[in-house]
Parts: sequence; C-alpha cells; structure tokens
Amino acid sequence: MSFRAAVITFPGSNCDRDMAVALEEVSGTPALRVWHGDHELPERLDFIALPGGFSYGDYLRSGAMAARSHIMRSVIAAAGRGVPVLGVCNGFQVLTEAGLLPGALMRNAGQHFICRTVPLRVENSQSLFTAGYEAGQQLRIPIAHADGNYFADEATLDRLEGEGRVAFRYLEEVNGSARDIAGVLSEAGNVLGMMPHPERAIEAALGGSDGRALFESAVRSLVDA
Amino acid sequence: MKVRVHVSLKPGVLDPQGRAIHHALEGLGFKGIEDVRAGRLIELEVDSSVTDEALEAMCRQLLANMVIENYRIERV
Repeated sequence: MSFRAAVITFPGSNCDRDMAVALEEVSGTPALRVWHGDHELPERLDFIALPGGFSYGDYLRSGAMAARSHIMRSVIAAAGRGVPVLGVCNGFQVLTEAGLLPGALMRNAGQHFICRTVPLRVENSQSLFTAGYEAGQQLRIPIAHADGNYFADEATLDRLEGEGRVAFRYLEEVNGSARDIAGVLSEAGNVLGMMPHPERAIEAALGGSDGRALFESAVRSLVDA
Repeated sequence: MKVRVHVSLKPGVLDPQGRAIHHALEGLGFKGIEDVRAGRLIELEVDSSVTDEALEAMCRQLLANMVIENYRIERV
C-alpha cells in the first residue's frame, strides 16, 4: 500500500523538504511535491501538507498571499472532500487565512522570533493526526516563528474547546496565544493547523522523536479506513 | 483616482507592535502617551469603473483579515 501525500511549496517555503522527508520516513512512500502555481493537485491524494517558511515573504500578513494562490483553491476543495490537510507554522497561518481554520495568528506577544523546543500537551487524541498519542501526553516539539500568537474571539474559543478541537496546548507561556493553544482542528477533524514543527522531531538524531506519532497516526488512519 | 484603505486592529485585540512603539516613544522621553495602535495604509490607484462594492470586496477578501482587523476606505 502506498501513502499518496503531497507537500505544497510556495515561494519562500523552507520546511517543505523536511516535511517530505518526514512523510517518506514514516510512510515508506516518497511525497509528491507540488508547486504553488500548479492549478491542480495530483489525483487520489491521501494527505496534503502545507509546510513552514515565509511564503511570499510574509507580505501583507503571514500566509495571506499563499492562501489566495491557485493551488489553495484545490486544497480547499480537497479539504471539503475530507482529505487530511496538515499545516505547520506558516502552513497553519495559510489555513487560517484561507478560512479552513478559525482564528488568526498574530505577532508574538513578546515581539521576538522564537526558536526553541517547547513542552506541549495533547488535548485531543481522537483525531486522525493524534490517535497515536495518549490524551494528556506531554511532548517536546520545536517551534520557530514570529507570528504564532493564536487569536480568536471568546465565543470561537469556547466552541473550539467544547468540540474538542484544541489538538495541542503549550505547557508554558510561549507567544501569547489565547488559552495557550498550539494546534487547532477543523470542524470535520480532517484539517489540523499547528505552530510547532512535528517534522523536525521524528528521530532522536534530530533532538527528539515526539512528532513522529503524528505522521504515524495519519498513515494508520488510512490503513484502517 | 487614488483610494486609501486604512487597516487597523479591532478594538480589544492586543497589539504587540503598538505596545512596543509605545515603550520606544517613552524611552525617547516623550510624555503623555496613553496608547499606541499600529495599522497599515494601502494606497490603490484605480479607474472610475471600480465601484464602492468592489473596494469593499477587496478589503474583505484580502486587504484586511476580518478576524482581527477593521478597514476604512477613503477615496482621495
């Protein structure tokens, strides 16, 4: 069985290769590489990843231009059909700008770019991305961002909490995010956006392997489906 | 014709950049500043066919992020 995953590269993406390596490492199948100007996604995809980086130089707002690129129309349509979509860091920013996830990612409360490994807690272990974790499990995963300060109005935050759509939460003050939210799921559960980089934590040689189970969960969800 | 679009953070949304500017101004010795909010000014050069409705749509779809920002359109 092959796992057909696509990694979208925008001008300024810089974690696309790491994402492709992580997907291949875990699934055994090379990820397809898709350029932002492509109008169509490859057929029969099992997984779409929007990588970290600085798409379009963060012009206007982080993720704003990428969210309106040609390929994102296809990604939005695929997400609507239930294809799993993972957005990490800039990918999370793109997902909120595209309206696939609620809220917005603002400048870090402390103004600085933050690059370090942070402690997280798994809040929802039922999703296709997180089934390989235990609820409440603590993880250490790297972050590297300037605009990771998650904002949504109180009603939206209450709804996310009530529906179990907070996937990960920071265990310490990191960037000013509302309710320490580090990752959010879509209503249907097939879209996950997160600021921490699981693809940078898939083996001990990288400094940790706590991100690996996220990719394993996605691969297993396909096998079980 | 020139159009100015003023984009600003909604009231109640914390503005880390405004706060940093506020601190910097106080660091320069300026007194009496109660608050600073930073926004964005976008100038468009448009022809007469561009309607108010089209400008509103531009703001809602791209120029402002309606989750956190308000906009004001000014025809100059």
